[in-house]
Amino acid sequence: MPNFLIERDRDRCIDCQVCVRQCANEVHKYDEEEGRVFSDEMECVGCHRCVVMCPTRALTIRRFPLDYRQNANWTPDYINAIYKQAETGGILLTGMGNDRPYPVYWDHMLINASQVTNPSIDPLREPMELKTFIGRKPERLKIENGKLAEKIPPQLELEVPVMFSAMSFGSISLNAIKSLARAAEQEGTFYNTGEGGLHKDLYRYGKNTIVQVASGRFGVHPDYLRAGAAIEIKIGQGAKPGIGGHLPGEKVGLQVSQTRMIPEGTDAISPAPHHDIYSIEDLRQLIYSLKEATNYEKPVFVKIAAVHNVAAIASGIARAGADAIVIDGYRGGTGAAPLRTRDNVGIPIEFALAAVDTRLRQEGIRNQVSLIIAGSIRNSADVVKAVALGADAVYIGTAALIALGCHVCQKCYTGKCNWGIATQDPKLVKRLNPEIGARRAANLLRAWKHEIKEMLGGMGINAIDSLRGNRLMLRGIGLTDRELKILGIKAAGE
Amino acid sequence: MNKKGEVFSGEDIIKSIALMHDRGNGLGGGFAAYGIYPELKDYYAFHLFYDDTKAREDTEHFLNRNFNVEIAEQIPTRKVPAIEKPPLVWRYFVKPKPEKILQSDVGANDFVVKCVMEINSSIRGAYVFSSGKNMGAFKGVGYPEDIGEFYRLEEYKGYIWMAHGRFPTNTPGWWGGAHPFTLLDWAVVHNGEISSYDANRRYLEMFGYECTLQTDTEVITYIFDFLLRKQGLPLDVAVTAVASPFWTQIDRLDPEKRELVKTIRCVYSSLLVNGPFSIIVGSSSGMMALNDRIKLRPLTAATKGDFLYVASEESAIREICPDPERVWSPKGGEPVIGWLETSEAKNAELENITFQMENRAFVF
Repeated sequence: MPNFLIERDRDRCIDCQVCVRQCANEVHKYDEEEGRVFSDEMECVGCHRCVVMCPTRALTIRRFPLDYRQNANWTPDYINAIYKQAETGGILLTGMGNDRPYPVYWDHMLINASQVTNPSIDPLREPMELKTFIGRKPERLKIENGKLAEKIPPQLELEVPVMFSAMSFGSISLNAIKSLARAAEQEGTFYNTGEGGLHKDLYRYGKNTIVQVASGRFGVHPDYLRAGAAIEIKIGQGAKPGIGGHLPGEKVGLQVSQTRMIPEGTDAISPAPHHDIYSIEDLRQLIYSLKEATNYEKPVFVKIAAVHNVAAIASGIARAGADAIVIDGYRGGTGAAPLRTRDNVGIPIEFALAAVDTRLRQEGIRNQVSLIIAGSIRNSADVVKAVALGADAVYIGTAALIALGCHVCQKCYTGKCNWGIATQDPKLVKRLNPEIGARRAANLLRAWKHEIKEMLGGMGINAIDSLRGNRLMLRGIGLTDRELKILGIKAAGE
Repeated sequence: MNKKGEVFSGEDIIKSIALMHDRGNGLGGGFAAYGIYPELKDYYAFHLFYDDTKAREDTEHFLNRNFNVEIAEQIPTRKVPAIEKPPLVWRYFVKPKPEKILQSDVGANDFVVKCVMEINSSIRGAYVFSSGKNMGAFKGVGYPEDIGEFYRLEEYKGYIWMAHGRFPTNTPGWWGGAHPFTLLDWAVVHNGEISSYDANRRYLEMFGYECTLQTDTEVITYIFDFLLRKQGLPLDVAVTAVASPFWTQIDRLDPEKRELVKTIRCVYSSLLVNGPFSIIVGSSSGMMALNDRIKLRPLTAATKGDFLYVASEESAIREICPDPERVWSPKGGEPVIGWLETSEAKNAELENITFQMENRAFVF
């Protein structure tokens, strides 16, 4: 049974074949004999490309109305999955983030605003500062004769506490990466190469680039490490904790192969673990190897997925010398992941963040290391809540792709992204103009900046520094005592 | 404050704060005075509130275990009709036991701080509201002029006097919640309400500070103790961290200063104090008054001869000094610093201050 129903308004359709040309899934076809366009909805993924591009608004796509007999337990998703696995005997793949209806804890937190005694601040009239530094901070500042006696470790300077998540060249198109790189440059923040290496066209964005070192070590060489402003060691990813990466050979064209330093057309398989990291001591060695290789001039991040014991793991990472810890929650997106892993492994980023921040403070080391979180940050209020819970900054992946035009059809793993984002097909890649993409991504950041400033002003705060870890600015709604305790916030009304 | 260190009675400060009666609502008033215990200046003067006798016994047991107690006595008070249900108010002149300092592996001041935190957080119904040497805080629930009368402040003589009348909004008006807030010889009075409280508090907790007094001002006291005493930073740096210049101002500094100020903001970003505040920070070396960086609360300063005055209202100064030589309102984030001429700290501090941002401080 198809997932979607395509309705073509015959009074409007002019059989111009735009939809035929736009659909990489070949849903729309042209019947030369009849001189008419028709649709075969079996392959429709609901990406809306045809709907948006249709010049006469002739197309409507809806969920397919003929569903299985109503059953709260055996939902169509589960039934269809069994049919598919019974046919193929394979792992079910999917793209983007977990779409299960688990609670979104951001939506169970409300932000404070001041009234009367502590006046709110109008960001249109008063300075409002979002500048954030990511990097290791010293225990104390050494000042002698009015001068800095010792330089502090390297820092990334962010004009807004939002960066673009790791998305590799391979999982997304070069034009998509260029869009994010330019937007990061314009707005004073950073994008992340993911494990795909750094394409030669992107070296010019080096000062806004975070280069990733993942288990496959694709594209990692001295120039790559030196090209970025920071280095991120990826241990885990929120969409697939405990799982390695897999870029199918079909996506490994000439440019991807050169950038990743692998033969064209071969599968790029990142192992689940780094084969030189089997303990925290090993991680420490890699952190310091990378620092040594880059003359201690670049902060080194370590990215992990949010899992049960995340607080203790983060403490180990901080003590292993990482300048920043990145935690990716279970709603984090991905180019491709086993469906069951994506939807069932890991924990919400809200809890992971609260637990890690609390633990690092209990151990007296929170001030030394920066904390970045990722995993479905959907809007500026999520950012504000994350910072109030204790994050220094957030990464956005899915939101950034949506800014570029993604319609969250969750088929990134097929490589047939009609929006030119999660694809390497040259025809599809061209659909995303990097200049327009950069403008849209930059607009998103700018819009969020305005909104964050408004919310800060409402709280009577004029620098984001004073929101970081300021949990009194949050109140829980519809949460159990236990959940409130883990989040470290009071209930609404308290 | 008298910069030559000459002492004078508490009558003037009561007169001055009484003029600002309407700024408070009778739910908190208090004073701090420096130089009041010259005969016992080598002893930490602990002022304590007790809810009941059991709290006193527990605390005295704790004090006897950790300190050599020279004097233990009730703080002299008089009955004032407006002051209702005062707690038991005691003071102790103490020195930490040398073996306890050795055991705790920290210096005497850190040991005292640790003990203050422990009493405030663990002994039910006991609150240390003053713990410095040759100084003391006197506070309670009531209008400040009544509190001054209650504590018989006209009988004390000090070289710095601070006063506060409270209009509590977010937290209850209780004896421990009145200003000033003190730790060792720091005393802070505050007009305002800080919105960075929890960010500041959670940062300081990592360094052993416990905020137990239900008022945001407490955290400001600990910030100054942390930056000035624990981190050993000059006053300029502490002021830059607490009420920092804006990034647009920092960008205009010369490169060396820019890097320094930027680094201070970067490293101590969690100690930026946000929201409206006018504060006066007292210490045995002098005093400092500071506004938040966008000046959301009033602050006026004046000088005459050896005296420096600061207050929320000019009228409070003119009430006791009708013809000051200079009167001005400092800009947001621009400290007014009064050093005692005799102070060793002043000399040490001035040697260390070379990055002072132009026109950013008045040093008396």
